[in-house]
Parts: sequence; structure tokens; C-alpha cells
Amino acid sequence: MSAVWITVVALCVANAALKAAGPVMVGGRRLSGRAASVIALVAPALLASLVVYETLNTDGRGIQIDARLVGVAAAAAALALKRSILVVVTVAALATALTRAIA
Amino acid sequence: MARDSSVREGIRAALPLLLPTFLLGASFGVLAQPVMGSLAPIVMSVVVFSGAAQFAALSVLAAGGAAGAAIVAGVLMNLRFLPMGFAIGPSLPGRAAARAAQGQTIVDASFVMASRGDGSFDRGRLFGATAVQAAAWWSGTALGVLVGPSLPDPQTLGLDAIFPAFYLALLVAEAHGRRALLAAAIGAAVTAALMPFAPVGVPVIVACLGALVGLRRA
Repeated sequence: MSAVWITVVALCVANAALKAAGPVMVGGRRLSGRAASVIALVAPALLASLVVYETLNTDGRGIQIDARLVGVAAAAAALALKRSILVVVTVAALATALTRAIA
Repeated sequence: MARDSSVREGIRAALPLLLPTFLLGASFGVLAQPVMGSLAPIVMSVVVFSGAAQFAALSVLAAGGAAGAAIVAGVLMNLRFLPMGFAIGPSLPGRAAARAAQGQTIVDASFVMASRGDGSFDRGRLFGATAVQAAAWWSGTALGVLVGPSLPDPQTLGLDAIFPAFYLALLVAEAHGRRALLAAAIGAAVTAALMPFAPVGVPVIVACLGALVGLRRA
């Protein structure tokens, strides 16, 4: 098997196992109050992390500041003006594309 | 069965991601075809179904790296599904095999859109939101492989800013209360602090620890 297919098969198996582990081990259980309050906060922690990560990431490790930052700032402004999510993402793409066209 | 109405809610909530996911899938197909051939990228998008892991593995393979290094890069990107799976697990009913199957629908945006904010998750919304992204990701990859580099570059269109903007919009909608804002602030700070030197993917996993502020009394 070539390196490509080994990678595809291994990532398929690893990914399925990572996604299945939690549901198989704690599936359908009732949660204590404290567990529930920790779990409720995974989404905001993860989201904030992804905002930073997807705005600044490069191919490898490191930080890259580029037009994406302008797009996300424009999105924040649209959110402050209570615009819908579709408007927010469109504004982000336009601001980023415009910055790249000018720069 | 998950309720039809909540599946529809999930589909509607994920619609803004349809076009960007499709075009990102297409760019994966365009970049992967010369490195992986025509079939492997499409199969990979179906069976791995994770943009972050696929791009990470592809960049290793494209640089002439070994399968082992590509696998490590892809797995690191996806390790965050482990804590996410433990968070959503209690909301998935059925036998172990059924729960494992439902767990396969966990992806970032769907996970968040399914979260009810009280520690429980609406699995109908999870399934609906993931279906939209899967359809877009698979068909996008196939188009990218078939049509090739004549497609517009997603970066020129600013599409790479759509995902952080979308997550920011979800964050503003979801993060209510001091503890949620604190968890978000910790998640963002940890990510920014670790990104310069931690391997790809690791900052996002460590950021999930921000949820531990839930241990403090409200």
C-alpha cells in the first residue's frame, strides 16, 4: 500500500476512534451538576480558541497576521450592529478579499 | 430517532457554511490531486471528513514526508474530538455501537450549534448541521479533483476569513454569563500563547481546559 493510502486508512480509523470514545464510554449517562457545568463551557472555550486559531494559523506552528484579521474585525463590527450571521460572514469575506486586492 | 424539527434547525443553522465548505473542499481537491491522485482525496474526504486533519496530512505528504508524519499531523489536528466526544456523549442514547455511530457526526460547528448551553446537546441539530457540511465537503472535493486549478482561489475571495467569523458569531450568540465569557477568554488566551511553539492542533485541545472554570461555584 502506498504512503497516501496508508495515511487515508490510518486517519479514518484514528478519527472514528477519537469521535467514538466519549459517546461509548459516557453515553446516555446522567450527569452530576458540576460535570454538566464544565461540559456546558466546552463550546465557548472551543469557539474562542477556533476564532484565534483560524484567524492566525499558518501551515505549521507559528502565527501569521494577514488580511484575515481585517475580515474578523469587520465581522466583529457587524456583530456589534446585530447583523445576521449570513451578513457577518459575507462582510468578513469581502473585507478580507478587499484587503488582499489592495495590499 | 432525533426529532425532524431539530434536524431541520441544524440544517438551517449550518446553511451559511454550505458555500465556504464547498469551496474549501474544492481547494483541498485541487491541492491534493497532484500529490494523492484522483481517487484518494475523494475517499479521504468521505472517510476522514475533517478539513483541518486533511490539510495537515496533505501538507506533510506534499513536502515528501512519510505516511507516519502525515498521520501524526492529522491525528494531532483531530485530538480535540476526544474532549468534545466526552462532552456530548451523555446526550447520545442507544447501545454502544449506536452511540459510536452517532459520535461520527461530531464536527466543530455542529458540536457548538447542538449545544444547549446547560451541558446537554440536541443530537438532531448535530445531525442536520453535519449533513450540510458533509454534502458540501464531499462534493467540493470531487469538483476540485475533477476541475483542477482553474477554480477560483478561496483566498482571493476571502473565504478563509469566513470560518473564524462564523465561530465568532456563534460565540457571541452562545456565550452568556460570566463563566462562559471567562471560559472563552481562557480558551482564546491559551490558544494565542501556545500557537507560536506548540505543534499544530495542540493549542485548540489545551484551550478546551478553559471549560474547567465550570468547577467554580456559580
